[in-house]
Amino acid sequence: MTPIAITMLVIALLTIWGGLALSLVNLSRHPEDEDQLPEDIAPEL
Amino acid sequence: MTTPSSVQGGKPAQERRETFSSRKLFILSAIGSAVGLGNIWRFPYIAYDNGGGAFLIPYLAALLSAGIPLLFLDYAIGHKFRGSAPLAYRRLHRGAEVLGWWQVLVCFIIAIYYAVIIAWAAMYTWFSVTKAWGDDAAGFLMGDFLQVADVPGVKLEYVPGIFWPLLVVWLVIIVIMVAGVRRGISRANGIFLPLLVVMFVLLVVQSLFLPGAIDGLNAFFTPNWEALGDPGVWAAAYGHIFFSLSVAFGIMVTYSSYLKRKTDLTGSGMVVAFANSGFEILAGIGVFAALGFMAQAAGSAIDEVATAGVGLAFIAFPTIVSEAPFGALMGVLFFGSLVFAGMTSLISILEVIVAAVQDKTGWGRVASAVSVCVPVALISIVLFPTVTGLYLLDTFDAFVNSFGILAGALVAVVLISWVFRKLPLLSTHLNRTSTVKMRRTWMVLVGVVAPLALAYMLYNEFVTKITEPYEGYPVEFLAIYGWGMAGALVVVAVILTLVPWSRKSKVDDPEYAAIAADEDEEKVS
Repeated sequence: MTPIAITMLVIALLTIWGGLALSLVNLSRHPEDEDQLPEDIAPEL
Repeated sequence: MTTPSSVQGGKPAQERRETFSSRKLFILSAIGSAVGLGNIWRFPYIAYDNGGGAFLIPYLAALLSAGIPLLFLDYAIGHKFRGSAPLAYRRLHRGAEVLGWWQVLVCFIIAIYYAVIIAWAAMYTWFSVTKAWGDDAAGFLMGDFLQVADVPGVKLEYVPGIFWPLLVVWLVIIVIMVAGVRRGISRANGIFLPLLVVMFVLLVVQSLFLPGAIDGLNAFFTPNWEALGDPGVWAAAYGHIFFSLSVAFGIMVTYSSYLKRKTDLTGSGMVVAFANSGFEILAGIGVFAALGFMAQAAGSAIDEVATAGVGLAFIAFPTIVSEAPFGALMGVLFFGSLVFAGMTSLISILEVIVAAVQDKTGWGRVASAVSVCVPVALISIVLFPTVTGLYLLDTFDAFVNSFGILAGALVAVVLISWVFRKLPLLSTHLNRTSTVKMRRTWMVLVGVVAPLALAYMLYNEFVTKITEPYEGYPVEFLAIYGWGMAGALVVVAVILTLVPWSRKSKVDDPEYAAIAADEDEEKVS
């Protein structure tokens, strides 16, 4: 691949997948309120 | 927080609103809805055609300035007002119910043709094994498979090879919809979405090992910086983001109405939005690696083989499947991905209609799901597995996107922001339990940037479609099934708004009243 194409590939992956990683980290730092979890239906999911 | 739904103040006992059993399942379902056929067959070409690597800049700008803010708007409306699109909008403002019905009808139109594409993809999954198209994928699609009539119109002349798979698709979908939010929608997404991701990753890896893949990636990522000076490229970015995220046609309002009260709305929304984009980038890599191989095998340039939509999926990919090593596997992965991506999106589209009927009539889940899905399935089965199905599908798709989704979104954001002036209320709601907080910025993006972008796109669409007949189809055909259909949606939406809410309906739901009272108290204290 050409250097400029590789650069854009890397930037695209860093911004978009990086954004996904950051938003996942943010979400896992704020876990769901356990009281609000149901217990009965579809436990396998 | 919540009160039992027993008899209260003389009201008849009502079932409690269903909820997603966990935030994770909501996020999976919302991603399943957002990741659809468009991510796979539309994004790669749009990006390539609008500046290649340089498209990333308008794309990110559109995502952050319009896509995510509009997604949050849907979440805020659905979650705060806890209803299907018509009910949530009615609770937002009495005069807004019609917006909800408009969105429900848009979903009806999309559902009847979307299922057909899933049926085609299901058949092509099998054809990949037999390589049924021989060495002429285009001729096979239009002739043997779809048996497309020479002249656009509506003929009830059926093609069994599409009729039967379409029937099966509808039966599967009806079972999922009848089973409800937890047992149906959540489970289907919990299975289909991971399967889609695994299959698609395998497809991308396989594509990357094909000879010529590198040329495809070069074509896809090499930036054309001059494109950034073209307003058309920016409009393409906003248009793509808007359609890709499934915002403003009731889906996210409906799904977020099934969330528990204390849910991190914006935090979840960021995951959904970036997962959707992450999948698109992956699709761009996979599709262009495969197109690079196709160009090399044919001894042509990438721009001669690059295409989108039906042409990419059902003509270019079959050609690649025939020529690539382990082509059958590649075909099964690609068309299987289309089937799963389509199914999870179709479920969410239908849920908008089912939830609306359920709320307005007060019927139970099974009755609502059956009374919505069976007629929708029948209409789909009557109109589309025919020799003229492709023309109708193409026209419905083009006009409902522009004058259903886009026009509806513009009217909704303008009314909510400037006429009903509800953005401060919704912004407070978003900030109440969410981790990504925004107030003034969000209001400016939703109230100013989004309407401007939407108005510009709608104007462009209007000019293009009025200056020359879409795809050169006959004017009277477009007048009925294009313009007429889009206009009818508004008329029927008004009629549905005028139908009174049933006494058993959710309009005076005590469960919602208790929650609203709780929230008011919280604000005071």
